[in-house]
Amino acid sequence: MKVAYWPGCVSRGFTPELHGSMAQVAPLLDIELIELDRAACCGAGVIAEHNQELADTLNARTFALAQRTDGELMMNICSTCQGAQTECQERLDANTEYREQVNGNLTDEGLHYERGLTNKNFLWLLVEDIGLDALKAKVRQPLSNLKVGPFYGCYIVRPAERLGLDEEHPRDRYLHWVIEALGGTVIDYAGVYKCCGFPIITMNKEASLKQAGRHLGDAIDAEADCLVVPCPLCHLNLDLQQPVASKVVGRELGMPVLHLPQLVGLALGLSPKELGMNKHIVRPTSVIDWSTTVVAGAAA
Amino acid sequence: MPEYTLRIRRYDPQSGEAPRWDTHTVDLSPVQSVLDAILKIKDDTDGSIGIRCSCQQAICGSCGVRMNGRPGLACNTHLQEAADRAWNSPDEDEGKAVITVEPMGNMPVIRDLIVDMDAVHWKKIQRVTPWLINKQPVPEREYIVPHENMVDVTQPMACIQCGACVSDCLSMEVDPEFIGPAALAKAYRFVGDPRDAQHRERLSDLSDDRHGIYDCTHCFSCIDACPKGVAPMSQIMRLRRIAGSDFDIEDRNNGYRHEHAFVNNIRRNGILHETDLLADSYGGKLKPAAGKEMMSGLPTALKGLSRGKMTPRTALGHPHKASPEVKKLFDTIDGKPKRYELNLYVSGYEDEPTGSESASEGQS
Repeated sequence: MKVAYWPGCVSRGFTPELHGSMAQVAPLLDIELIELDRAACCGAGVIAEHNQELADTLNARTFALAQRTDGELMMNICSTCQGAQTECQERLDANTEYREQVNGNLTDEGLHYERGLTNKNFLWLLVEDIGLDALKAKVRQPLSNLKVGPFYGCYIVRPAERLGLDEEHPRDRYLHWVIEALGGTVIDYAGVYKCCGFPIITMNKEASLKQAGRHLGDAIDAEADCLVVPCPLCHLNLDLQQPVASKVVGRELGMPVLHLPQLVGLALGLSPKELGMNKHIVRPTSVIDWSTTVVAGAAA
Repeated sequence: MPEYTLRIRRYDPQSGEAPRWDTHTVDLSPVQSVLDAILKIKDDTDGSIGIRCSCQQAICGSCGVRMNGRPGLACNTHLQEAADRAWNSPDEDEGKAVITVEPMGNMPVIRDLIVDMDAVHWKKIQRVTPWLINKQPVPEREYIVPHENMVDVTQPMACIQCGACVSDCLSMEVDPEFIGPAALAKAYRFVGDPRDAQHRERLSDLSDDRHGIYDCTHCFSCIDACPKGVAPMSQIMRLRRIAGSDFDIEDRNNGYRHEHAFVNNIRRNGILHETDLLADSYGGKLKPAAGKEMMSGLPTALKGLSRGKMTPRTALGHPHKASPEVKKLFDTIDGKPKRYELNLYVSGYEDEPTGSESASEGQS
């Protein structure tokens, strides 16, 4: 399938391995990515906090650019983008007069957002459009014996109504389902739906990293080999900042944190290095060991 | 009638005994409430279960509890609705729907399902000066408030002080001093009221407090927890917007600086340049506070560089620049004399909601 692809900012900044791994995984899943390279930052909630109309206009512009492509829908790889964009879209779709006011800001560029865009995180697309059976069929290296803790974070599950979580779309179970479909073992721990703390890292570093450190510690206590996240901002606090978080909570951590496309890529037969795991701050030793054993086992 | 199993957490801190779970089964209709079930168990089986309740109509806010992990009022949560929240309950107890009922979080337990609201919730409400401070001189006749202002504050006024948002606040979980969602929503009720004389003072106070408006981690838990649609986090964001944009309050927590650094960063670059954002959030590269922060972050940065997360070039420069069209959007919209906000709580959905339907259907 062809999708209008919004990689967000951080996947092209401090987590380049996310953008890179998505590019590796997409062809294996028959996803054609049409990158929205002219689009601007979603605002991550901060621009909306500053000026709602500005955030709504920037995202309406992104949506309009997506609608100009021949993609079936728009796809992102960042929960924060998903949450911030869905919030803007909710307002734009709710009120014609407001939508046209925002569209008025885009006339110089000849852009116009038409109500009702479908914008999905890669996680949702995996489950709802590709389907778990199709995903299973593509697995070349099942994640057998790999114990994976899902870390949903906030923006992709809350508020539930706005993000379309309902009986038909239990999107707060999708990470669980994907881990299982890839052959891995789901580890439930206290932090599955908690906040990584990233949004307040410059305002209250201690409270921010206490959140990250606590969830990582809980995952260790539950004996997870690694965590998987659908959001690069969570990755910043859980991986890049993990050594500092370790000091804040006063315990050894060393928990590898994978981006969702990396976990999928592993099961589809790519190596940790091809998926950019060498760029992580916390060496994903458990994952590399697992991968080495599996590959060696398969070769024997 | 269907059978529901309730697992109720029992705890009496004065007894010296550890908490325990009691299991009871009730035959009730799926649309009867969790409170109906608890009261029936109290009547029929065990009168000693402690729960606070009164109106049973979602008005008094007394019966806040956690049901299958989520906070809410026991009186307006249907049994089936609570049972549906448990992903694995049917297997746990021979196929019967299990509903766990626990006291709310972030507050000490007095007994069983009763938490100490005074120690946390009410103390925080008191913290925000929860009354109107009149402008002086007080007018001789009544103060006529413009309709749109009163409509604007109806959302925080819908709060029934049940404490559900406090229960699940993820910032408070790690920072018990955080003023928190309920009290900050209450603060907006007065900041949004034109009769109040101390908007600036209130906002300065809440911006400068280490545990004030900039301590909210934007996790949306309070929005989902609230049984009345108050959306406390949205009220906190409005407090930040007014403090930062209308009063230009430069707080000591970098809240103002971070917001402005972020907006200017995107105006310049179109997409975020993280290194600049970090420095600017602490006041700019030349400020001692930024230097100190950058130095303390140096080991992290060096590790990032050594692992190839960033290169010296991408750390210092930025390959992206905002297009003139994007820059113009910032200048035009930010330059408007009046900010425009659409609050769906007030305006409602003029058009049919798209919601999950749009999320699952094809693009137009």
